Amino acid sequence: MSRKNRNVSSESLDISTAQLAFIRRHVLRTRRIRIYQIVILIGFISLWEVTAHYGILNSFVFSSPSRVMKTIISMGASGQLFYHTGITLLETLVSFFLVNFLGIAVAVILWWNYSLSKVLEPYLIVLNSLPKSALAPVFIVWLGNNVKTIIVAAVSVAVFGTIINLYNDFKSVEEDRIKLIHTLGGNKRDVLFRVIIPSNIPSIISQMKVNIGLSLVGVVIGEFLAAKAGLGYLIIYGSQVFTCVYILVLFRLPLSIYLCLNRLIEI
Amino acid sequence: MSELLKIDHISYSYHSLEGETPALFDVSFNVMDGEFLGIVGPSGCGKSTLLSLIAGLLSPSCGSIYINGKDIKSSGKNIGYMLQKDHLLDWRNTLKNVTLGLEIQHKLTDNSYVQINDLLNTYGLITFKNSYPSELSGGMRQRVALIRTLLLEPDILLLDEPFSALDYQTRLEVADDIWGIIRKEKKTAILITHDISEAISMADRVIVLSSRPGTVKKTFDINLSIENRTPFAARSAPEFKDYFNMIWKELNHNEQKE
Repeated sequence: MSRKNRNVSSESLDISTAQLAFIRRHVLRTRRIRIYQIVILIGFISLWEVTAHYGILNSFVFSSPSRVMKTIISMGASGQLFYHTGITLLETLVSFFLVNFLGIAVAVILWWNYSLSKVLEPYLIVLNSLPKSALAPVFIVWLGNNVKTIIVAAVSVAVFGTIINLYNDFKSVEEDRIKLIHTLGGNKRDVLFRVIIPSNIPSIISQMKVNIGLSLVGVVIGEFLAAKAGLGYLIIYGSQVFTCVYILVLFRLPLSIYLCLNRLIEI
Repeated sequence: MSELLKIDHISYSYHSLEGETPALFDVSFNVMDGEFLGIVGPSGCGKSTLLSLIAGLLSPSCGSIYINGKDIKSSGKNIGYMLQKDHLLDWRNTLKNVTLGLEIQHKLTDNSYVQINDLLNTYGLITFKNSYPSELSGGMRQRVALIRTLLLEPDILLLDEPFSALDYQTRLEVADDIWGIIRKEKKTAILITHDISEAISMADRVIVLSSRPGTVKKTFDINLSIENRTPFAARSAPEFKDYFNMIWKELNHNEQKE
């Protein structure tokens, strides 16, 4: 929308009234959508606050927006919030890079070697459909109660899906484009680097967007079970000492981490 | 004119679990240096297979193909192949698309850029040097694809229905364009098409293939009594209709036999 507006100002001299009316309608509509979105958010928070205040909602269980705010401020002031958020963020980024690296590398290997891909296909499907969060306790036994377990848990959540999706995308590149490279005298390596990878950049990026979310979920699950720090750890701690307000605060943080990282990828 | 390409009794079959499908059977013909050969045939008669064999992408089940008297298996291929669609890579601009073949063969030097600029200039693409394929018209895209092929300096150009993806009007224009470029660069070309008029208008000689498995049915030398022949002008030559009828009959004769 912003781009459209810029065009308007630079070419406003030769724009017809009908076109102007169209743009005005467009701007109005996008503005109206934004207003509705904000109204819903404010409405939800006020409803929550009011019902908690008059005891319609049990404020011990459901807390209230003002108490959540206060907790965020006090946790922020003590530095606790930033410390745990930083740990989770770091773990998420490490898992995210591992997932993408492994995913792309294995997908390339499978694309390169048809027989290998056929051999591994059933195993990949089984691994992908396993409930990975259920595996986390096993990882603790294998790897110990430490960061390694958290990273492995997070990677295992996302990596198999990434491999399967990317491999399928690689395979579905138009046959004639591959033929083109061969007619120009290229070999399989040329096909990979000049057609398969470049034509799949959009699907790699959209897979990365999915992976940011999955890595975060994986890390938080890992932290539930095997951590001394991080947001997952805080959530478990909060539920054990019955400070539900903690949990509510903390559920929001992964969400904002997710939104920030997602924006980053889009740039 | 000397003989450049010799197709010597080649056959080819495709294999699948359902069985064997013979695509070409005992095909032989020669192509002279600088000649423009047209090949027509009903769909599915193995026309594209024939080009893939000449380009060395497939090996014949039996028979041999010689270029300048040498078997293509040993002579190394120096053959340009234009596919049905231009297949420009949409993440590369015109210049980068044109250099794709040279890049792959590690032949891209500073000198080639001089040559590329010349070619782009001659064929009206220089102002679109940095444009992406989506910004080019169908005709321009085909010209870019042709320059991409020509830069590898092929002995023979194979054209696999290169105009079939274009609308009729563009098709006539591009046929003139491409034909002019090929003549100007003095290339030998083999054009495959199912469009009889296109074959007559562009080729010096037309070979008719039978339906699957394809064999050479008949050969027509095209002699048109017009000056300044271009594919478009050829269509109004007095002999054009006769050739059309003869080839049409030959193709139809095929169908009835089945």
